[in-house]
Amino acid sequence: MALSKTLLLAIVLAPLFGAVVAGLFRNQVGRVGAAGVTIAGVALSCVLSFYVLYQLAWGGAATFNENLYTWFQVGHYSAHVGFMVDRLTAMMMVVVTFVSLMVHIYTIGYMAEDDGFQRFFSYIALFTFSMLMLVMSNNFLQLFFGWEAVGLVSYLLIGFWFKRPSAIFANLKAFLVNRVGDFGFILGIAGVLLWFGSLDYAQVFAATTDPAAATRTVEIFAGHPWSVATIVCICLFIGAMGKSAQVPLHVWLPDSMEGPTPISALIHAATMVTAGIFMVARMSPLFELSETALTFVLVIGATTALFTGLIGVVQNDIKRVVAYSTLSQLGYMTVALGVSAYAGGVYHLMTHAFFKALLFLGAGSVIVAMHHEQDMRYMGGLRKYMPITWITMWLGSLALAGTPGFAGFYSKDAIIEAVGESHRAGASYAYFCVMAGVFVTALYSFRLLYMTFHGKERFVVGHGKHAAHQGNDDEHAPQEEVGHEPGHLDHPPHESPWVITLPLVLLAIPSVLVGWTTIGPMLFGDWFGAAIRVSEHNDVLRELGHEFHGPLAMLLHGFTQAPFWLAFAGFAVATWIWLFNPGIADKAKQALRPLYNVLANKYWVDELYQAVFARGGVALGRGLWKGGDVGVIDGALVNGSTAAVARFAQVVRWLQSGYLYHYAFAMILGLIALLGGVWWVTHATL
Amino acid sequence: MHLLSLLIWLPILGAVAVLAFGRQANTARWLSLAVALATFALSIPLWTGYVPAGPAMQFVEQLAWIPALKANYALGVDGIAIALIVLTTFTSVLVVIGSWGPIDNRVSQYMASMLALEGLLVGVFAATDALLFYVFFEGMLIPMFIIIGIWGGPRRVYATLKFFIYTFLGSIFMLVGLIYLHMKTGEFSLAAFAHAPLSTREQAWLFFAFLAGFAIKVPMWPVHTWLPDAHVEAPTGGSVILAAIMLKVGGYGFIRFSLPITPDASQEYAWLVIALSLIAVIYIGYVALVQEDMKKLIAYSSVAHMGFVTLGIFIALALVRVDGNPDGARLGIQGAMVQMISHGFVSGALFSCIGVMYDRLHTRMIKDYGGVANSMPWFAAFAVLFAMANCGLPGTSGFVGEFMVILSAFQTSPLVALLAAFTLIISAAYTLWLVKRVIFGEVGNDKVAKMKDLDAREWIVLGAFALGVLAVGIYPKPLTDLMEPAVLQIVQQLGLAKA
Repeated sequence: MALSKTLLLAIVLAPLFGAVVAGLFRNQVGRVGAAGVTIAGVALSCVLSFYVLYQLAWGGAATFNENLYTWFQVGHYSAHVGFMVDRLTAMMMVVVTFVSLMVHIYTIGYMAEDDGFQRFFSYIALFTFSMLMLVMSNNFLQLFFGWEAVGLVSYLLIGFWFKRPSAIFANLKAFLVNRVGDFGFILGIAGVLLWFGSLDYAQVFAATTDPAAATRTVEIFAGHPWSVATIVCICLFIGAMGKSAQVPLHVWLPDSMEGPTPISALIHAATMVTAGIFMVARMSPLFELSETALTFVLVIGATTALFTGLIGVVQNDIKRVVAYSTLSQLGYMTVALGVSAYAGGVYHLMTHAFFKALLFLGAGSVIVAMHHEQDMRYMGGLRKYMPITWITMWLGSLALAGTPGFAGFYSKDAIIEAVGESHRAGASYAYFCVMAGVFVTALYSFRLLYMTFHGKERFVVGHGKHAAHQGNDDEHAPQEEVGHEPGHLDHPPHESPWVITLPLVLLAIPSVLVGWTTIGPMLFGDWFGAAIRVSEHNDVLRELGHEFHGPLAMLLHGFTQAPFWLAFAGFAVATWIWLFNPGIADKAKQALRPLYNVLANKYWVDELYQAVFARGGVALGRGLWKGGDVGVIDGALVNGSTAAVARFAQVVRWLQSGYLYHYAFAMILGLIALLGGVWWVTHATL
Repeated sequence: MHLLSLLIWLPILGAVAVLAFGRQANTARWLSLAVALATFALSIPLWTGYVPAGPAMQFVEQLAWIPALKANYALGVDGIAIALIVLTTFTSVLVVIGSWGPIDNRVSQYMASMLALEGLLVGVFAATDALLFYVFFEGMLIPMFIIIGIWGGPRRVYATLKFFIYTFLGSIFMLVGLIYLHMKTGEFSLAAFAHAPLSTREQAWLFFAFLAGFAIKVPMWPVHTWLPDAHVEAPTGGSVILAAIMLKVGGYGFIRFSLPITPDASQEYAWLVIALSLIAVIYIGYVALVQEDMKKLIAYSSVAHMGFVTLGIFIALALVRVDGNPDGARLGIQGAMVQMISHGFVSGALFSCIGVMYDRLHTRMIKDYGGVANSMPWFAAFAVLFAMANCGLPGTSGFVGEFMVILSAFQTSPLVALLAAFTLIISAAYTLWLVKRVIFGEVGNDKVAKMKDLDAREWIVLGAFALGVLAVGIYPKPLTDLMEPAVLQIVQQLGLAKA
């Protein structure tokens, strides 16, 4: 059955309706109404997305591509709003709406005591709408619309607790860093228009098959013809670097943890940050035309994968560990794109969405139990208090570490093997990074589990001297926390309510199973069809496909491969240090002080940016203002010319004194000067 | 039916009536509102009655004015003028509503100045005779001079003088240019000017004469320094009209005068205007970043945003004449026009927002605020929306024009597009930093804690601006379709060399 426009519109508009109702009529509908209307909207969207996926995968529906309305039409340039839905889109829709639904349900519990309850639901429903517009777009304009709209909601949600100085610093930073990416992105879009004269995916992708497209050049600086394909693809990828937080634009993502945990799961792990990955996969027909751009992608991704993961090992904030893990995993996805294994990148995007959302929501569950303590140094031994969170977090971490059989194993192993197979420049560097990254991933994942759930309890329960704070139960207000000494709880931790644990369980299921069931068709079975286009000579996944003999064989084969042993080594080291010998970590920190400093300070990138861009920008602005506007233009030119007029008038006024003897004196002087001049002229010639 | 005359004279006569009968402040207010609403209602038929396939100038009126000079009272509008006229009448209604409470001193005179200004602005956009245009162009300085001079802030004398002399100086050069053209053609009709054969040399002189007049109006760097001072001293309504409408006269002038009358010179010196536009976008963006006065910040932001207008207009010349890409040129001019309309909404709204805060705390300094969202949540929602529009967020009107201009510029010079695209970063930096310091955060002080959220009149004003911002942002096609025939005609004219 063919997909209908009405159906797709319903998918998009249901969350938007919920957002508008919950946002504008927050007082009228109340808490229950706001949660109800947004959850109903997103649930409808989710069910219909599954239906769309079903129709495309099994129902024989063709790719949907239709414009809704024309945005502008100027000469032959036009921009539209419309949908293109193929299997790649459908997969994204299902991931977005499913994770969003889980997060909506979870939010009922997590935000239960917050004053901004309705506002929060409005934002996350608005986010779902924006993200769907992004993935379902059939053109670059709407892609950019969705791209910026998710950025806006991310801004609003990071700064959700807008009284917190750190939150409103983080959201400004996130928006600005993303804008640096968008700067490249919009130029890339303009380049696409120059290249193909259209912003429509279908027309652009059709035109890429023209051999002339790949060799076209443009002179940005006269006399230097540069490949249009390379410029456009790198510009577009700069957009992806912003949104998907690739080095060196990664700095905003760890700070975005200032937002409430549900949105860290939804926006900053599962969906929005993967928009860049999705976009590059969607643009595969363009990227295939530029080997240079793909190498750039590969190197950036590999760097991100390893070096951000390393930072995760020294973090003590439970959310920040997961955040750095997200950065690192985004790097893996980018690496996959860089070796033309687009399907591999998107596939890891999907599995990662499930287990990383699970880990974030699990971390949130821990944070609730610990009364908003996020420092793992004050946790430990939580497994007996919150068994569901404990087990689901273990499942998520096993998936993240790439344990054979789990979802993350299939997607990550495929990426690693694809890199090994690739002959692209930079592939050997990338291979080293992704291999080393496996060890690092296991190390920080199990460190997190041990520090949180195992070992001795490092918190104190009881009223003690902090009973004074008992009355302050509004845990979300930051100022309430100031008085709390870390590690002191008023009540013992307990398992979270079912609205929190249910999403954990529902996300744990795909984290374990989705790889096993889908890797065959999605990665090696040409499931994406025309949505992803790879040139014959770049197609590393096809090469790998020859050696793929089903998920069981891959699982068994996995045990004999280096990645498994690296992950196991990470697991063993983590177990040895953080489960059995907790003192060693501190000793290692002392022994490796310089290395620890580098990681704990995140390579000083934040400090560098703060000094150069933030303070430098302000200094430059002040210089231009005081020097240029106030000094030269107003001071010298405007007020200077009025002052000159005034001075001239002063002189002239002095001349016209009105005294007769002044004038007579001037006449005599003039006469003498005149006669003297005549005398000098006549006698000088002699 | 003399619709255009009605739109010019109704508010001007209304101003006289307000002066005559407006002894009571409330009478003056209600009467002014009635006049402004009637004018707005009458401007709607311009849009609906405009025939895209019809002649270039519609709703034409002509009366002999000064027969000896062959100067006529000639009016007529195309899509570009209609868009600007409707923006004028729309904004004027909101200014009247917005000034309701804040202005309590000499109300009838204030309202009368506003209405007279509205009529003169409509006249500027409707005149097809150069002398008539000039009269309206200069005439509108007077009510604005009065508005800033009487209801302005402490340094209003300096600001009004600077504003008046600056803009008057520029228009003197323009007047000389118009007189030269009159000597050349024997008439004052803009159409005749456009068809007059002019040598490259003559065009160059005329081009710079026009540039002097319009660049100050826009204003372009480096003749922009009157604007921040004028804004800071002006009452809220004055700032709104100044930013939303009066600056547009400059951009409109480039399109009406420089392009058709001096196309060859425009092409030759386009690089200069483009360079100044890019300086406006980047340099002024940095200057905006460090402002401590909210009004100054938005004033500088206006200069930066108007840079896109001049960029879009002058990038068109290279596209038509060098690259043979008239559609790209249309995109640039359309982008410039949409940017003007959008900036009308956004700057009008932002100045209204500052006015809302100023009415409560009587300060415009950023440091006196902080955490306004705590006491004024609805106001904060509007402020964030308009701030996002100022950053050019897609879905708001601020995005459309900038996007079109960047697309258009990239077609001929990726380097220019690259420099222009810096606005994405800089405008977000200065706007959102402002939002962070004023709207978000802990309540800054006790006075902020006592601020009351929007009243009904403020809701109407900000709500109407928000509708405009979102409508253009979500569905710009009606607007671009309205202007398309006019833009097409301009671009076709540009293709023909005159010298």
